[in-house]
Amino acid sequence: MSLTAAQPDGAAPELSGAEIVIQALVDEGVELVFGYPGGSVLHIYDALFQQGSLKHILVRHEQAAAHAADGYARATGKCGVCLVTSGPGATNAVTGIATAYMDSIPLVVLTGQVPTPFIGSDAFQEVDTVGITRPCVKHNFLVKDVRDLALTIRKAFHIATTGRPGPVVIDIPKDVTDPNNKIPYIYPREIKLRSYNPVEKGHLGQIRKAVDLMLAAKRPVFYTGGGVVLGDGAAQLTELVKATGFPITSTLMGLGAFPMTDPQFLGMLGMHGTYEANMAMHETDVLIAIGARFDDRVTGKIEHFCPHAQIIHIDVDPSSIAKNVKVDVPIVGQVANVLADMLRLYREQQPKASAPAIQDWWAKIRDWRALDCLKYPTNTNAIKPQFAVETLYKVTDGELYLTSDVGQHQMFAAQFYPFDKPRRWINSGGLGTMGYGLPAAIGAQLAHPEAQVACISGDASILMCIQELATCQQYRLPIKVILLNNGYMGMVRQWQELFYESRYSHSYVDALPDFVKLSESFGHVGMRVERPEQLEDAMREAFAMRDRFVFMDVIVDPTENVYPMIAAGKGHHEMQLSPSHAARELA
Amino acid sequence: MRHIIAVLLENEAGALSRVAGLFSARGYNIESLTVAPTDDPTLSRMTLVTTGNDEIVEQIKKQLNKLIDTVKLVDLSEGDHIEREMMMVKVRAERPDREELKRLVDIFRAKIIDVTDVSYVIELTGASRKLDAFIDALPDGLIIEVVRSGPTGIARGAKGLTL
Ligand SMILES: Cc1cc2nc3c(=O)[nH]c(=O)nc-3n(C[C@H](O)[C@H](O)[C@H](O)COP(=O)(O)OP(=O)(O)OC[C@H]3O[C@@H](n4cnc5c(N)ncnc54)[C@H](O)[C@@H]3O)c2cc1C
Ligand SMILES: Cc1ncc(C[n+]2csc(CCOP(=O)(O)OP(=O)(O)O)c2C)c(N)n1
Ligand SMILES: [Mg+2]
Repeated sequence: MSLTAAQPDGAAPELSGAEIVIQALVDEGVELVFGYPGGSVLHIYDALFQQGSLKHILVRHEQAAAHAADGYARATGKCGVCLVTSGPGATNAVTGIATAYMDSIPLVVLTGQVPTPFIGSDAFQEVDTVGITRPCVKHNFLVKDVRDLALTIRKAFHIATTGRPGPVVIDIPKDVTDPNNKIPYIYPREIKLRSYNPVEKGHLGQIRKAVDLMLAAKRPVFYTGGGVVLGDGAAQLTELVKATGFPITSTLMGLGAFPMTDPQFLGMLGMHGTYEANMAMHETDVLIAIGARFDDRVTGKIEHFCPHAQIIHIDVDPSSIAKNVKVDVPIVGQVANVLADMLRLYREQQPKASAPAIQDWWAKIRDWRALDCLKYPTNTNAIKPQFAVETLYKVTDGELYLTSDVGQHQMFAAQFYPFDKPRRWINSGGLGTMGYGLPAAIGAQLAHPEAQVACISGDASILMCIQELATCQQYRLPIKVILLNNGYMGMVRQWQELFYESRYSHSYVDALPDFVKLSESFGHVGMRVERPEQLEDAMREAFAMRDRFVFMDVIVDPTENVYPMIAAGKGHHEMQLSPSHAARELA
Repeated sequence: MRHIIAVLLENEAGALSRVAGLFSARGYNIESLTVAPTDDPTLSRMTLVTTGNDEIVEQIKKQLNKLIDTVKLVDLSEGDHIEREMMMVKVRAERPDREELKRLVDIFRAKIIDVTDVSYVIELTGASRKLDAFIDALPDGLIIEVVRSGPTGIARGAKGLTL
């Protein structure tokens, strides 16, 4: 049934607030809503029950509803939608909302609220959702009148998906969705907000200045970030990087926007970035930052950051520019537009310019590369986590949508699974939310039912949203979980080893469940792998089960650390290499 | 440096708390903040006084502009402008002090707007520094209560902060 079935006289259909919520989502082109019911959204759930165009996915915790909607958004570029009840439903969703906010992910989050006459009376399951979420949303609304509902929903999608994307919360009191109060429904197609006009095109004069700098550069490097993925600028970026022949590095969030297997790609930069990427940052004379926000995990100590560089910065959000680092050529605009203009001007100017050769620069980079900073010992009895990721890459031909939790396994995935396409690498960078990986995989798998989706996780992280094994069973999602089980909160243990004289305070994950039996109890396939020589076959077997959810408990070396590493307060040139490298250097 | 920033905001519930929340979340200084509806009932105008170095103030303005409720913003300190703040002071005004108080009121072009046997309420409008000076000039021990509106401001010349 469609709620907008035309009236005989062609007038607007009469709908209740609950029906308006559903119909507005349908009119917005939404296919999937991730949610969890409760008292104040029961009218909406009833309207959901009585229609057939919108699919609802029942998660098992509201945090997972937000993460799944977020994973769906990252995997598709569309807006993710979730629906939760008031009070604990809303507070449970907050971690997911904050996760999306930090990584600029477009979400519309519908929260139930107590009826308007009860607001402020400490009513049952009342919290000030608008107040609680204010610091971690792009915007939020409280709808007090059903006549404002359709317009507010349209505004929310507009705000969430344009400019710098982000989550938008709509708090809806129960009386606003009253099934007995029907009003004419018209969905506003076009809206203009006088107070919100994100910039589209970059300033041509500024882009020209940038191109001049690039053409005069002796040691240029591209530093690209999540903005290129979010703004669908991968094609333009790739063309520009190819046209210039410059080296390129990326943040954790930008991986895959430029093919990571391409020789011009130096690997990730920052705290756990490659030696060549960080050294190039330290020595560069022209830095071209694109859709990246100079996060402290990337810059290291600001005083040591790119000491020789003139900096060009392209970003759609003016407040990202010159926030942490002074910039010489700021360019505000949508990344795809700016890069297209930049490429055009570069091609015009290049033949006229006497560009210095950058062969010397590449020679230097080749020397840094020769260090092979990611090399790890392979002749071991234990499975090295790096080897597990490399095997995963081999078995899946690099074609996965790979979500991650937070910890060492996340860094190993970023270092050893080179993505050649954007939107394939899905992880929580800004908030670093353990528990993100599995629900995000649910969103990605539902977005791409035919694709292979895997979640790389750790023994601590996976337990934070483990209840979602039930959701995966209910919707028969053939996700593969690759658990790098080191029996530790590895990332915490690493810091304690390096900076707290190996006092492993509460970083040992004691009393882990039997993950194989646990998965089986949810109706899934569980596998445990303990020896390196078994790993590839086991992974092939798992991925051959195209229609089954498989949980692979991979027992890895418990004491492996992530290298290179820039310790807090250090600069890019002060990386700490793995002990085996350090030994070789001394020799 | 001290900056006085005028902002036109959508007159929506919650707009003010977004601004206040922004300042506390990002650790910006806020010396004073005044807000009231304008002649256009859909808009409020806010005047905000803050301090910080150039980079911080630049970030403050960008962050304010980024709020969806912000329609327009101007940093009045960047140009010629007029600032006014209103103050009411309640003072002990017993016989022996009355003449001195009236003289001060005249000098500062203030007004006495409430009188009892033992007290005055004095109203004074002007630049914040003038208000400070008046407080300093009052004889010791007479002040019962001081209430200040916080400064508001407007640019000189024909151009206005309008839509
Ligand atoms: C355990 C752990 C370790 C980490 N280690 C590292 C590390 O070693 N290296 C690393 O890089 N990160 C690391 N991170 C991630 C880090 O915390 C940040 O999340 C990340 O560096 C930010 O990436 P970004 O600069 O690309 O910004 P994003 O958060 O992706 O922000 C995107 C930027 O692009 C802009 N933008 C958005 N859309 C557009 C558009 N359409 N056009 C133009 N601009 C746009 C936005 O305004 C914003 O400024 C780590 C995280 C964790 C949890
Ligand atoms: C919700 C949450 N709590 C705490 C942390 C801090 N933290 C970061 S990594 C980590 C350990 C993760 O351990 P595990 O999932 O086993 O991954 P490993 O590092 O061992 O690969 C912790 C506790 C976090 N990022 N998120
Ligand atoms: Mg672990």
